[in-house]
Amino acid sequence: MLALFLQLPEGAAPAAAASVGLREGLIQATYLAASVLFILGLYSLTKPARAQRGMQLAALGMLVAIVGTLVNHQIVRYEWIAGGLLLGAAIGYPLGMFVPMTAMPQRIAISHMFGALAATLVGVAEFGILGGQVPHSTMAALGFEVMFGALTITGSFMAFGKLQGFVTGTPVTWRGQNAMNLTLFAATFGIFVYLVASPGHPALFYAMVAMSLAIGVLMVLPIGGADMPVVVSLLNSYAGLAAAATGFAIGNTVLIICGALDGASGFLLSVLMSKAMNRSFGNVLFGAFGAAPTASAAVGAGDRTVRSVTAEDVAVQLAYAREVIVVPGYGMAVAQCQHQVRELATLVEKKGGTVRYAIHPVAGRMPGHMNVLLAEANVPYDRLYDLEEINDKFEQADVVLVIGANDVVNPAARTDPSSPIFGMPILNVDQAKSIVVLKRSMAAGYSGVENELFYHERCAMLFGDAKTSVQTLIGSVKEV
Amino acid sequence: MLIITLLFVFILAGFVGYFVITRVPPLLHTPLMSATNAISGISLVGSLVLAGSDRGDVATWLGFIAVTAATINVVGGFLITDRMLKMFKQRLPGGGDGGRDAAKTGAGGR
Repeated sequence: MLALFLQLPEGAAPAAAASVGLREGLIQATYLAASVLFILGLYSLTKPARAQRGMQLAALGMLVAIVGTLVNHQIVRYEWIAGGLLLGAAIGYPLGMFVPMTAMPQRIAISHMFGALAATLVGVAEFGILGGQVPHSTMAALGFEVMFGALTITGSFMAFGKLQGFVTGTPVTWRGQNAMNLTLFAATFGIFVYLVASPGHPALFYAMVAMSLAIGVLMVLPIGGADMPVVVSLLNSYAGLAAAATGFAIGNTVLIICGALDGASGFLLSVLMSKAMNRSFGNVLFGAFGAAPTASAAVGAGDRTVRSVTAEDVAVQLAYAREVIVVPGYGMAVAQCQHQVRELATLVEKKGGTVRYAIHPVAGRMPGHMNVLLAEANVPYDRLYDLEEINDKFEQADVVLVIGANDVVNPAARTDPSSPIFGMPILNVDQAKSIVVLKRSMAAGYSGVENELFYHERCAMLFGDAKTSVQTLIGSVKEV
Repeated sequence: MLIITLLFVFILAGFVGYFVITRVPPLLHTPLMSATNAISGISLVGSLVLAGSDRGDVATWLGFIAVTAATINVVGGFLITDRMLKMFKQRLPGGGDGGRDAAKTGAGGR
């Protein structure tokens, strides 16, 4: 198109220039419309009933922006574009339509990888095209883009592996690990600074990309399964920042806006998750707790005993209870028993009780994990309560069912300063009149801390696989 | 465009993001993540130009892969967000969820 423009007879040049200008204006208009629709889409998420409509409008905004881009005068051939769009849609469609809600954490983790991959490749190609002639400011943007992008690619893939189960979920640590990681990070950042000062060094640029890929792996290795909500949120933020940096590199405002929205969202979520665990960012990233056995973990079984109950006993309690609170945890997701839990709740309500669900912010493996699972099982969302909303309601609860949750209900977080989870906000289930814990065995929770709750005088254990236990409960409640 | 202008855009959009997202209730945090993911698939616009501007085979190939990856996020991201939000759309048999909505929104802002 540009070549065509150059070959035009002199008199026609201004008209062609005007047409390019008009086209550019049109493209910018579609980007502006897309930006507005994206912000409105995110705003619609503040109201559950309106959210679906709002996000559909955001999808329309995306379509408008894509169509607008396709008329860009720099685009001269469409076969690779069409191929990429078709292949991406063919892979994206099943990822969107058929992935079960129980697999949502790994689904989200892998999508951060795709986003970061796109940003990184654009950055690498842009550097290659510009060769040694990269302006300093563009180099700074490209550097941020490929650094954040590359570490998000491998970091997200590792997180995906841990959540999917083909990389061990327990923290992988070794002596001098933090020192090694920090050295690598400092070296990478050093190269970045050097490149901004003198951009014409392709070898150093590619070394920086490779080192960032390594950082992504090393960063996620020492982080355990239960800390995944923070990591997934943080990678969300990095993927956004990489996209924003792409916008700086190629001078595209809609990319910057979306990257900033994504970055802010991921950052906020990781702060919320860290707060819910009473730990700092640094502690999650470099702490790897659960690696070293702690003193308080040793105090445990000893002379105390836990009380085990049968499903029939629990069924009688549930049938006559007026207030029941269910506390779901990662165990419910593993056992995939959210539908059975919902069925049990319906039965209890038929018998005259009310059932509410208490959701700890870090229950599960990503922000909002439990909410999505229970919504899938058709639990009305106004039965789902946050920590702050429900914590003073436990006193009135006749029965609390703890299904696959452990650390988030451990009273040691309130009472035992030597406990590694001391200070973490927990659900006050120990104030209920009766507590039933559904659990496979007496194994300690993720943090490796013995749970005081199990030895509580009003607490009883219903051992077994959560799904089987809940199914037995359903049968028994029917008979009461 | 001037880098400083772009910086204005970045900072202001970051503020908008911050204030909108603090109001999203914890209930919808998973859809929020998949939504921001889908939206950040906008890096597709950069990939499209790269794949179609004929600036060498390497650039075209990298562009092709980038278009594919970004399209996966756009298509998969919006579809899965829609699937999740459909589940949260249901109302109570009793109807009024407005009060609880407001309460939740407040709680999200801590």
